[in-house]
Amino acid sequence: MPLRQALSKLTLPIFMVASFGLMLLGKADALLAERARMAVADALSPLYAALAEPLSVVHRGIEGAQHLATLHEENARLREENDRLRRWQAVALALDAENATLKAQLRWIPDPAPSFLTARVVADAGGVYARAVLLSLGPNHSVARGQIALDDRGLVGRVTELGTRSARVLLLTDMNSRVPVTLEGSRGRAILAGTNGPRPRLIYWAEGTQPAEGERVVTSAEANAFPPGLPVGVVRYSTSNVPEVVPFAQLDRLEVVRLFDYGLKGVIPPEASVARQSERRR
Amino acid sequence: MDDRTPGIRPRQTVGRRLDAMARWAFPLAMTVALVLITSAPFRLPGQAELQNAAALACVWFWSVFRPLSMPPPAVFLVGLLADLLDFAPPGVGVVTLLVAHAVALRWRRSLTRQGFLMIWLAFVTMAIALAAVQWLLTSMLTLRLVPLGPALFQAMLAAGLYPLLAVLLARAHRTIAEPANA
Repeated sequence: MPLRQALSKLTLPIFMVASFGLMLLGKADALLAERARMAVADALSPLYAALAEPLSVVHRGIEGAQHLATLHEENARLREENDRLRRWQAVALALDAENATLKAQLRWIPDPAPSFLTARVVADAGGVYARAVLLSLGPNHSVARGQIALDDRGLVGRVTELGTRSARVLLLTDMNSRVPVTLEGSRGRAILAGTNGPRPRLIYWAEGTQPAEGERVVTSAEANAFPPGLPVGVVRYSTSNVPEVVPFAQLDRLEVVRLFDYGLKGVIPPEASVARQSERRR
Repeated sequence: MDDRTPGIRPRQTVGRRLDAMARWAFPLAMTVALVLITSAPFRLPGQAELQNAAALACVWFWSVFRPLSMPPPAVFLVGLLADLLDFAPPGVGVVTLLVAHAVALRWRRSLTRQGFLMIWLAFVTMAIALAAVQWLLTSMLTLRLVPLGPALFQAMLAAGLYPLLAVLLARAHRTIAEPANA
């Protein structure tokens, strides 16, 4: 009996030490932590996917009810925007035709059309200090780390962790996200750095190419991590005069994203390179 | 119900034992279920903070009122699950929940005598302190100063959530989680 009592007194300190050990282990072997997380995510993602359907109906219902209140103004705004866009469509079609004839004369080698795969966003995988989403994939998917996620409007982020049935996409708003971008007006380069807030910041632009308010921002092929020209967002200056980017992608209401395989291996997260080494060793 | 209390009690059948065991396991099962539910894609703003706050409130309540049903291994399990679901550095949630458990064990006798308000105040103080600890550990483990706002928000959320949860948990504590009812 005394032994048992002593043991029961010791459980709390033992588990306390174990939790600190867990912290060190998670830091020392990032791959193990990642595998454990993705195993949990894999186990839960079918459940989340089943839940996502009815929940998105509820969300759509709520959104529909909110839209009812502003139906009239929204309609007027859309009609006005439609007129404007129709004029732009004519311009775009003319430019497209002109571009095609010019490229034909230059013997331009077209970029290969990237293959893509569409996946449902089943859960928020960010936690308190990160911005990420979890995708549900089929069991025999061909998704790889570093693939680029886009929604219907623009860049969403990149695949950073991969399970057998799920993948985690780090959003461009995450504080660990860095995206090389081009300012479309000045063709200047910059880095888009996430802050965990809704608007990532522009940093490291070259002197003389100050980002202009309202300028479009697209990805740049620098560092071979992204293809050039994917739409990212529009420059907005914050009240403290910091250039930020309002993303085109609707990052707070992602439902479906497309994962593009551009075959770029420029920047692969460290966990992936560790995995590749261990595979090579085998 | 142990052998030291006198009285007439029903025979220990298999069914009764299973019933008692289920009642004993209720706090852990309920906490795990709550952690899983709050990780489902409801797209509530601040859902990750809600998950941590709910786990903390449950562990605190059961550690104060029924520590036998919330032993350190159970606390460890809840913390690990929350960390893995949250994609947080593993161990951070475990440490904070174990500290909450230890504090609850140390003060539970005097706290339960003081009534709800004191228990809640102690919980709020602890939630703020633990949010700071969690923020510090996360910053250390990710080698980056993470924003302090979400930590504060989480502490406030926990403070607000506790009375609501306590009403439900206190009811469960007297009814379905009571092994003596078996």
